[in-house]
Amino acid sequence: MTAAETAARFRPGDAVRVRFADPPGHIRTPWYIRGRAGVVERLCGAFGNPEELAYNRPGTPRQPLYRVRFRQNEIWPDYRGPAADTVDIEIYQHWLEPRDAR
Amino acid sequence: MTAPDEPHAHDHPHEQAHAHPPPRPDTDDTLTYYKAMEVAVRELLIEKGVINADDVRRAMEAMDARSPAQGASIVARAWTDPAYKTRLLADPSAAIKELGIEPGVYKLVVLENTPSVHNLVVCTLCSCYPRGVLGLPPDWYKSRAYRSRAVREPRAVLREFGTEIPDQVEVRVHDSTADMRYLVLPERPAGSENLSESELAELVTRDSMIGVARARVPS
Repeated sequence: MTAAETAARFRPGDAVRVRFADPPGHIRTPWYIRGRAGVVERLCGAFGNPEELAYNRPGTPRQPLYRVRFRQNEIWPDYRGPAADTVDIEIYQHWLEPRDAR
Repeated sequence: MTAPDEPHAHDHPHEQAHAHPPPRPDTDDTLTYYKAMEVAVRELLIEKGVINADDVRRAMEAMDARSPAQGASIVARAWTDPAYKTRLLADPSAAIKELGIEPGVYKLVVLENTPSVHNLVVCTLCSCYPRGVLGLPPDWYKSRAYRSRAVREPRAVLREFGTEIPDQVEVRVHDSTADMRYLVLPERPAGSENLSESELAELVTRDSMIGVARARVPS
């Protein structure tokens, strides 16, 4: 790990929640997943923060990026498929908090 | 390029009155906001000597040279060589390099379809696509309908592609929102046991590597 990189806070299997926030600018956290709870599937590495890169700023410190798995029927209350169906989404660390925080 | 309102060239004289069929509207050169921006930026970069026109042409040629055949060769190798498949799932970028395919700047994730999991790839935010291994995305992949519905009702979308996934199989959608790119490793079809690696590659369609279809069954 280098100083230009934020330390990873979560590990695979951790229960997390996507922050419910609506900041202005270039955001790569889809609206439909904000506020939802899931489980960390893997840490993908650290990447420049797209919310900064989009405005030609350096994007440092680089943010840990995770793949988080969500159950479809928890995202869409009227989801018609089987309960086991899931969606995996890449989420940057600053959008995640422990599921039972606050 | 001819300006849209410039009189068009005729290959016949116009002495006698005769009826023309109505011209098909030419949409090729509609100058949209982003097209104009691309032209402006490109011309500035060339004018300032940062790049030249041949660099642009070569980049386009290289992009157009990528095709699903590359992805198919990766899948066929994984089907025939279990050790390769293990390496491919563990470190996709290194494994595709073994086949002479350049991984590019994005990190590749390979998603293995199994008897209990069917993977489907979408980018709900824009149109992120594993161009390095599949070439340019199909138009439907970029449509708002696919992007919104693949994550909202994936089984209905799959059915429209002719792909019925039984209820006991988990449908796992992958929303490609950031720095990863996804390649589905479809299941090897029954009846393909005696095929060579290159014959197997022919069963691996673009759509099977996006996850909207299964690999073709050998005829």
